[in-house]
Amino acid sequence: MSGYYRTNYLEDVALLDTRAQKAWFALFIVLLLAVPFAVGPLWLDLANQILLGSIGAVALMLLTGFAGQISLGHAGLLAAGAFTTGILFKELAAPFWVTLPASAAVGAALGLVFGLPSLRLRGLYLAVSTLALHFIVIHAGAEYETKRGYSTGILVDSPLTDARHWYFALLAASTLTILFSLNLLRSRTGRAWRAIHGREAVAEALGISVQRAKLSAFVISSALTAVAGCLFAYFRGFVSVEAFSLYLTIQYVAMIIVGGMGSILGAVLGTIFVVLFPHAIDALMAASGLGERLSSVVFAVNYAAFGLVMIFFLVLEPQGLVGIWRRVRDWFLLWPFKQR
Amino acid sequence: MQLATNILVLASIYALICCGYVLIYRVSRVLSLAHGELMMLGAYGLYATASLFSGHPLVAIGTSLALAAAVGVAVYLALMWRMTGESVLAAVLATIALGILLRGAMILVFGTQTQHPLRELGWQNASLAIGAARISAVGLVLVLSTALVYGGLFAFLRLSRWGIRMRAAGQHPLLAAQRGIGLHGIYALAWGLATLTGGLAGMLIASDAGLESTLVVIGLKAFPAALVGGLDSLVGALLGSLIIASAEVLLIHYVDPLLSEVVPFVVLLVMLIVRPWGLLGSREELDRV
Repeated sequence: MSGYYRTNYLEDVALLDTRAQKAWFALFIVLLLAVPFAVGPLWLDLANQILLGSIGAVALMLLTGFAGQISLGHAGLLAAGAFTTGILFKELAAPFWVTLPASAAVGAALGLVFGLPSLRLRGLYLAVSTLALHFIVIHAGAEYETKRGYSTGILVDSPLTDARHWYFALLAASTLTILFSLNLLRSRTGRAWRAIHGREAVAEALGISVQRAKLSAFVISSALTAVAGCLFAYFRGFVSVEAFSLYLTIQYVAMIIVGGMGSILGAVLGTIFVVLFPHAIDALMAASGLGERLSSVVFAVNYAAFGLVMIFFLVLEPQGLVGIWRRVRDWFLLWPFKQR
Repeated sequence: MQLATNILVLASIYALICCGYVLIYRVSRVLSLAHGELMMLGAYGLYATASLFSGHPLVAIGTSLALAAAVGVAVYLALMWRMTGESVLAAVLATIALGILLRGAMILVFGTQTQHPLRELGWQNASLAIGAARISAVGLVLVLSTALVYGGLFAFLRLSRWGIRMRAAGQHPLLAAQRGIGLHGIYALAWGLATLTGGLAGMLIASDAGLESTLVVIGLKAFPAALVGGLDSLVGALLGSLIIASAEVLLIHYVDPLLSEVVPFVVLLVMLIVRPWGLLGSREELDRV
């Protein structure tokens, strides 16, 4: 850190400030672009899942990690995006460039509905009201499925079929989401979110409209989540309420917990962790020779291990993976001196 | 008449589950979303003890109830005491994580097929006629034990030394601690009692309808009842259970059976918008904007 000073505000809010950072970042981009040509189909699919998941995780991070509004309705919002896409596709044969903005619009509208209780409620009660909304959205989706005779789910034809094309599309979507979020967070809106997270009364005294900040957090986060839901529908080629259980919400919440609250990098790291976790468990079971005995209850092993990992992070490492990463980085930065 | 009986039985189920939510929240300000799984664990406890002490049903029931209370205390000592003083979100998430862990572990240990603890005990679930309505024997026991549990809890909280300590800890933890009340002991007691009543509910529901994973859903559907009544009021929990149960039974009967999943949550949402602290909850306790 020696010999480097920020002399104006523009430098202070720059996303990449030193030359070394820029060089590393360029290398990182090149590596990301090379991934689909270097890895096999399984890993490419996992990479796609991570990119897709990161959009929803970043959206939830904006709401919970930065604006401090607890939401347990994330699966409901993803379902809303996916069902908007599925219904428009089935009823009107709408193309991609119609369903995507439509999903975003439905997500934004639902975000407003999800956000309205937040004007009166805080903490626990807000979590509970978003949970209630989750069940209502899922019920509406199930109702559509049964009434229209798609009881097993809605099939959606995707404009992209090749996994590599999907990779580049999802990489673009994920990058745009992250850039949008980073830019939002260093703007007036993002600062307002952090202020209401810190203390609402003080934020109000600073001239921030708490209601507007809360609602904008819900609307923006929900719109992004619904877009992720739309992409999910095309990616899977299939929409069904079974995919949007409470467990999905828990997975997304786990992404931001494991990654580390209040950090976009954390959301991405958490997504990587949560997507790869079941495969790591599988590999571990196969390696320990328990694979055949437990093959019928793999999901139960996953549940139990997932619960354990969440408890581990909540109790022992509340800063998440980002906290570990920062500690390691600081240790090297100050080496050979001890970091306090 | 049959409809009224159905409402009464469902309301007792919800009320019996709710008092767990209320006890834990009232004493330690934590909402336990693992309650459904803890109920199921209680039911599996009965199933396990019933096959262990076959021929002695009363011993089996007594042991399983003691086990349920011990599980609650163990949950507090192993996990939840670390969450004391953490943010609301962290505590709620810890209970959610515990729920997933328990669900996975129970499937690993007991498998996925439906079990019938009542059959293991060697008893039959007879159908009794009361006037024009019919009620299952277990249903009747459920209503009676709910009345008994609530009566016992009221007496405990009003009259006994430990009950008064629990109320003090819920009212103002800091002052209670300064008067020499050991908060960890009180919280552990609350978790034990909550899991005991929840386990009892799980055992009775499993005896009536079979022991399977839908038990968790019933546990989750009961917590709107606790919120509608007011999260820190036991009388409110009774009232809320009655409201949710009547809304559910009547709507299923007259409108659409598919609504049963969603009705409690619609009622809950209306309540949260109109009167967030619930019917009988204390208003000043709620962290309001």
